Amino acid sequence: MSDLLLQGTADGERLKLAGGGAWIAENARVLETQIDAATQRSDAVRRVEIDMGSVGQLDTFGAWLLERLTRSFSSRGCDTKVIGLKEDYRALMAEVHGVKSEQGAPRPGGNSLAGTVASVGESVASVGETFVAFVNMLGALSVALLRVAARPRTFRFTSMVHQLDNVGWRAVPIILLITFLIGCIIAQQGIFHFRKFGADIYVVDMVGILVLRELGVLIVTIMVAGRSGSAYTAELGSMKMREEIDALRTMGFDPVEVLILPRIVALIIGVPILTFLGSMAALYGGGLVCWLYGGIDPDIYIQRLKEAISLDTFKVGMIKAPFMALVIGVVACIEGLKVKGSSESLGLQTTASVVESIFLVIVLDGFFAIFFASIGM
Amino acid sequence: MASRNGKEIVIEVRNLVVGFGNHIVLDHVDLDVYRGEILGFVGGSGSGKSVLMRTIIGLLPKCSGTIKIFGVDLATASDSERHAIERRWGVLFQQGALFSSLTVRENLQFPIREYLDLSQKLLDELAVAKLEMVGLEASVLQKFPSELSGGMTKRVALARALALDPEIVFLDEPTSGLDPIGAGDFDSLIATLQRTLGLTVFMVTHDLDSLHTVCDRIAVLADHKVIAAGTMDTMLASTHPWLKAYFHGKRSRAGQSEAKGAAAEIVPAKR
Repeated sequence: MSDLLLQGTADGERLKLAGGGAWIAENARVLETQIDAATQRSDAVRRVEIDMGSVGQLDTFGAWLLERLTRSFSSRGCDTKVIGLKEDYRALMAEVHGVKSEQGAPRPGGNSLAGTVASVGESVASVGETFVAFVNMLGALSVALLRVAARPRTFRFTSMVHQLDNVGWRAVPIILLITFLIGCIIAQQGIFHFRKFGADIYVVDMVGILVLRELGVLIVTIMVAGRSGSAYTAELGSMKMREEIDALRTMGFDPVEVLILPRIVALIIGVPILTFLGSMAALYGGGLVCWLYGGIDPDIYIQRLKEAISLDTFKVGMIKAPFMALVIGVVACIEGLKVKGSSESLGLQTTASVVESIFLVIVLDGFFAIFFASIGM
Repeated sequence: MASRNGKEIVIEVRNLVVGFGNHIVLDHVDLDVYRGEILGFVGGSGSGKSVLMRTIIGLLPKCSGTIKIFGVDLATASDSERHAIERRWGVLFQQGALFSSLTVRENLQFPIREYLDLSQKLLDELAVAKLEMVGLEASVLQKFPSELSGGMTKRVALARALALDPEIVFLDEPTSGLDPIGAGDFDSLIATLQRTLGLTVFMVTHDLDSLHTVCDRIAVLADHKVIAAGTMDTMLASTHPWLKAYFHGKRSRAGQSEAKGAAAEIVPAKR
């Protein structure tokens, strides 16, 4: 293919340009530079003749570049003529000729300092909005709960069981595995360091209290937030995207009652059970490591555990679980309903859902710690 | 490249069998598409029109048979050959399939940017040109697909299908979901673009008006086979029961004019 797509011969105030070769997409880059070079020729030019006779192929790319060439000459007040254009390409040129060259107004915004400050302001304001949305959702849930309590038959029991299967039963293996390993690690670290003081046996106290009060419930809720919270957000978000939620509304159903209540109830039932199972697995793992690595006999481990922990220790962990489940569920559903039309926003809200619920779970745990300390549990 | 009656065949489907599990959707289908024509492809809902289209463009696997595009069998073609062919066709999906996280401008520029190395200025100008060719204004460029109406989505999707100046465009129900005026505009748009750009158009459609106004030839899929292919007149003259029901039904032009004729005969009798 020839590189001479456009050749020019200047003659005083007359400029003759001759096109050649294929004016198609593949050559558009070369052609553009040649056209720009041609337009930047002497300012003395008054009349321009573009001979397209030997152009073999023309597509929209070439047609647009030809149009750009004639426009740039015309705008300088030159008398511009295109000659020798093949009959087949007339319609295409006419089509391109009608194109207005103006670009749509760019979207507001940019990377300026004001933009940065504005985005900080927006995120601060959004914290407030999230809080309002949270309270709103709690209110809507309470209303739905009262309505369902008045007519228990309307509760979506099947849906709830299905969700419970997803978030509870199917999560058991991974929760057991992870909490077991965490139990092992705490016990190993404890034995390793406590041995220096000859206080090996206190490892059992540490494992027992830590797992039952804090770690069991925290690990489980963080897992659930990542595993089920994100799933809730993605499910509700894609339902929102495809107008399924609007469809429900127009049929006279309350999406909170149909979609959200069964999901959150499933979490509130599932998370305490998972917490219990997870705590037991962690204690088991701790005991195993104490026996194999620390030489503490299982009988002694259990004996020591009985002395170290009370029913209160266990209760503290279990009481927290349903509240954390509620927080995870509510955050996940709020974020799900915030999804807009694009797949990108689905991803953003799912991320936000997981990050927010893990953050809130940890903050809530802090408040519970203060609360239980002050009532002496 | 194969040809018949002096017309060049750009898509050649022979003995194509496509099925899912035990369910055969297409059973030994033959189809030719000639260069520069608009082929309307019809068939009952669920008869496998979209399946054939998706098989031709390589989205669905076939059980047996051959599909040649520009004389190249994609099943045996090398990666670079396949790439070169894919560069020469554009596809308009039923729901538009615009990239939802990109603006209209970015959607239009995406294929151009991937295949050609052009300056940003030219890319921007081309986006405007392509958009105006499908009858939209430049103000749409900054919008995201979720902010577009159904008709606009179809037009933007068509503009994107045409971004690289393809030789073949596949249109999957281009006028479904549009009002009759919008659908008519879309038909004439396709006809204009087909003339100006010399496109070959493979159009899956249910729109009888489209079939009448823009399609050069019609192919009919029924009973897992292409039962007929030809001009509108051939279709109207056919005695196949499905074709009669389709082209002489209540909603068809032929059906309506027949009904009118019958009404005209009845009126004087009533007097």
